[in-house]
Amino acid sequence: MHGPPLPSTVTPQHSRCCRPRREAAVLPGARPPPLPPLPPVINPSPRRAPGAPTRGHRSRHQLPPARRRAPRRGGASWASHQSAAPQRHRDADVTATAPSRDRSPPRAPAATSRSAPGPPLIGGGRGGGGPGGSLIGGGARPPRPAPAVKVSVSSRGRAPPAAPRTGTGTGPGTGPAPAMAAAASIFAAVPRAPPVAVFKLTADFREDADSRKVNLGVGAYRTDEGLPWVLPVVRKVEQMIAGDGKLNHEYLPILGLPEFRANASRIALGDDSPAIKENRIGSVQSLGGTGALRIGAEFLRRWYNGTNNTATPVYVSSPTWENHNSVFLDAGFKDIRTYHYWDAAKRGLDLQGLLDDMEKAPEFSIFILHACAHNPTGTDPTPDQWKQIAAVMKRRFLFPFFDSAYQGFASGSLDKDAWAVRYFVSEGFELFCAQSFSKNFGLYNERVGNLTVVGKDADNVQRVLSQMEKIVRTTWSNPPSQGARIVATTLTSPQLFAEWKDNVKTMADRVLLMRSELRSRLESLGTPGTWNHITDQIGMFSFTGLNPKQVEYMIKEKHIYLMASGRINMCGLTTKNLDYVAKSIHEAVTKIQ
Amino acid sequence: MLWEQQVSFMHESLSRSSEEAQCSCFTQTPAWHRSCCSAWAPRNVAAVPGGGTRGLCPFCPYRAAARLLVSLVVRVLLSRADLGSCGAPRRAPSFSLTLRCSFPSSSWWSHVEMGPPDPILGVTEAFKRDTNSKKMNLGVGAYRDDNGKPYVLSCVRKAEAMIASKKMDKEYLPIGGLADFTRASAELALGENSEAFKSGRYVTVQGISGTGSLRIGANFLQRFFKSSRDVYLPKPSWGNHTPIFRDAGLQLQAYRYYDPKTCSLDFTGAMEDISKIPEKSIILLHACAHNPTGVDPRQEQWKELAAVVKKRNLLVYFDMAYQGFASGDINRDAWAVRHFIEQGINIVLSQSYAKNMGLYGERAGAFTVICSDAEEAKRVESQLKILIRPMYSNPPLNGARIASIILNTPELRKEWLVEVKGMADRIIGMRTQLVSNLKKEGSSHNWQHITDQIGMFCFTGLKPEQVERLIKEFSIYMTKDGRISMAGVTSGNVGYLAHAIHQVTK
Repeated sequence: MHGPPLPSTVTPQHSRCCRPRREAAVLPGARPPPLPPLPPVINPSPRRAPGAPTRGHRSRHQLPPARRRAPRRGGASWASHQSAAPQRHRDADVTATAPSRDRSPPRAPAATSRSAPGPPLIGGGRGGGGPGGSLIGGGARPPRPAPAVKVSVSSRGRAPPAAPRTGTGTGPGTGPAPAMAAAASIFAAVPRAPPVAVFKLTADFREDADSRKVNLGVGAYRTDEGLPWVLPVVRKVEQMIAGDGKLNHEYLPILGLPEFRANASRIALGDDSPAIKENRIGSVQSLGGTGALRIGAEFLRRWYNGTNNTATPVYVSSPTWENHNSVFLDAGFKDIRTYHYWDAAKRGLDLQGLLDDMEKAPEFSIFILHACAHNPTGTDPTPDQWKQIAAVMKRRFLFPFFDSAYQGFASGSLDKDAWAVRYFVSEGFELFCAQSFSKNFGLYNERVGNLTVVGKDADNVQRVLSQMEKIVRTTWSNPPSQGARIVATTLTSPQLFAEWKDNVKTMADRVLLMRSELRSRLESLGTPGTWNHITDQIGMFSFTGLNPKQVEYMIKEKHIYLMASGRINMCGLTTKNLDYVAKSIHEAVTKIQ
Repeated sequence: MLWEQQVSFMHESLSRSSEEAQCSCFTQTPAWHRSCCSAWAPRNVAAVPGGGTRGLCPFCPYRAAARLLVSLVVRVLLSRADLGSCGAPRRAPSFSLTLRCSFPSSSWWSHVEMGPPDPILGVTEAFKRDTNSKKMNLGVGAYRDDNGKPYVLSCVRKAEAMIASKKMDKEYLPIGGLADFTRASAELALGENSEAFKSGRYVTVQGISGTGSLRIGANFLQRFFKSSRDVYLPKPSWGNHTPIFRDAGLQLQAYRYYDPKTCSLDFTGAMEDISKIPEKSIILLHACAHNPTGVDPRQEQWKELAAVVKKRNLLVYFDMAYQGFASGDINRDAWAVRHFIEQGINIVLSQSYAKNMGLYGERAGAFTVICSDAEEAKRVESQLKILIRPMYSNPPLNGARIASIILNTPELRKEWLVEVKGMADRIIGMRTQLVSNLKKEGSSHNWQHITDQIGMFCFTGLKPEQVERLIKEFSIYMTKDGRISMAGVTSGNVGYLAHAIHQVTK
């Protein structure tokens, strides 16, 4: 497809220029230093400013003048991001979440080892050429002049002196390994990773024997009895599927069940979407929202902003769902930054900070946007604010990657919750949208998700999908069928579809009710502070504004479990425990500062 | 071509040049550029509140020049620095510069190449189009019953009925998967009396069938197996092994395995190659029913392989996709895995329930690491979770629950063992019938390898041109390498297949 390669004047890969930044590349800021038993492979972040100032600063503009490049226009932005540096996580923004990050640095040890200048994670893999590429996928890759042997040499060259923590040679060909090594386990040096915070919280809750205990930590819907809810429409469809003797367990196509994909995208973009009419959308069935994000991230790393450009900055909101970072890091992106989102003082959206960050972001940066019901803050931009965001992103050539995990669940209306995505499409953006059906269908463990791709035209989309197919093939080959069948059956039958919309509204309404009840209770108790943010926020989560100490008090003294960030799951509230929770919050706020 | 695109866009822009200039390079630029800038600007800049002249237009020559300069400088600097440590091997120069310029004009994705279609899919497509009533599809990788129909095991149907009657909830599984399932999977592979299983010095996490389990394993090795990047695959191996390990960041090497002359194992070659593999590399072995050749080592040969692998201190990665499906006996098919562990070799293992339980679309599988003790196993498990979480958060329950109920309910397990043997026996029977039919046809070739090979696939030894003829003249579809899926052969069509093979090989 390409024309003849340009002469060597064009830098082949950003990975070249980004080498100096490697140390700081893996999530600086919130990460604690490596666990004690590990020799410090590298200095965690010598360039991170200690005691960083509180707000509004941007790392790269704080660098010493010599390293600084103003984000001038055009070509300069390309250069400026090289000096982008430490501190992309602005400590101030993280205040609310800092403890939770501290408690959940699950990736810290791994991250440390990876931040050593070893071969990049998954991305690096593409460098390693196999002999005689396989039938599958091989042809899609750019030609690789260096034979495999040379590859291994160069990768060994990259091994840091301190890296071989196994205490063995640095690789094949370095001569016979010492005999002692045979006795020790290959994995003796694998450090224990701390548990993922949410899962740990649930485990602690389970062990708590107190009868008053309340779990406000999990990310799943609960009925007013505090029980999981399988949507009636899902039960019905499952019966239909079970009674259908014609169905079997054959493989789905690599990209998934066609009816599911088409309908899932239709839900996101709307029946009258210009993109659908112009036949320029594509979909990839995936394992939940995470899977959709991962496939999208892997694709972007391979094909966006040049090929295999791991230096493209990826911006996530501050705070965000903690897995956004990991998904993009593990997909090979090296430069994950945050953009302003939550204004802790006014407990709402920091629109100006957000727009400023977008203005300053290097062109072609990737922005992860929560389509609705922002996790964890529950704070969404208004339509007018979305318009401003879209305008800046368009002008600055920023790529929108929507994460839509709560469509319908937030407001009770599918269309309202998809407004932002549809607006961006109507503005002519090319974009990705990761959809999850975990919440709005209650199909948590079936892992049903979809990645919607909106492109300029059908040809572009088809090529993109062909490459995504390669990625899926090496990740899970083809997706699980059960959940997709349930969703597809529901969405294709007008009657079931109506029933589902009803079910979704039931869930949304209960959450909205709990919000207003909690707020009115706190206000009638006279709890210090304002509590309108509880009803202003939307979706499953609310950022209460409780500080880590108050959270600790809630857990230890009141047996009410919530994330250290102060995030609560509104679904954990019921008419029975509302009073208790409200009183406990009141006590926490009045007793603990 | 990209330049062409760009130029054509500029032409287009010229033709619809409009009112005012916004690009800040505008005032000093020649007329042709002025027009393109103004065409660009109203659409991209004017919408901004406050308007303004931020940013050069994307194809501004000044901007391009600036980029070029920067890239040159960086290149020069880097070439002086330690290039070896800079990462990826040299690849063809990318087009980042031109691309950026052409992005706004067309699509972010105009440079994305069309990926080649999966070769198996091509076979299936061609098969579907064929109108010959005698057509056969020997390319599929799924079991078919003697009527050529997909087969759902009755133990699976029963397990599903049990699940449906219990009205279970749909809460997330833990990251590592369903505990009953992972424990039962480890037991199935290692054997209930295995020391490693009983002492708990293993960790098993649920994976997305075979591929997903391999990928977790590959990523884990990439991250924590520091002594080598090299994975040695048998020649040939399953087509997806190479991209899975490569996408995980490992490098592929190969050892001799199959001898096309005899259509059987090249044991001497394999031993020779393996004994030369650098110490502490990774070697992948198919636990049973080697895909695609159907050629497995005999037990004495496995013993020798274990000895040399141990001597070379290699990390053994077993891929076991067909336990029970190959010979009909789950223990016999797991013999190699268990033998290696008994020899003190701490293997890693991927399992799939696609074939032996017919759970293809449910994506049930498992990945196991045998560790030196239970404490290490805990640490390894914690890291596996860290890998899985950003991939898909947690695995799907349905298939794992079905498999777990079958494995953990004594009556269903018994029924399953009978059914899996039934599938294996049908395939073994088809192999025998194919050979006897070939003899009946009068073929003088030695077809013994067809019955010697095992599992779903058979490497017939047919040459590409013979395959071509089978497809064109007889509507018998298979991959070019002469691999046939025995599952596609039935008592109804085995005669026709033998006839056709004889016709193209006589």
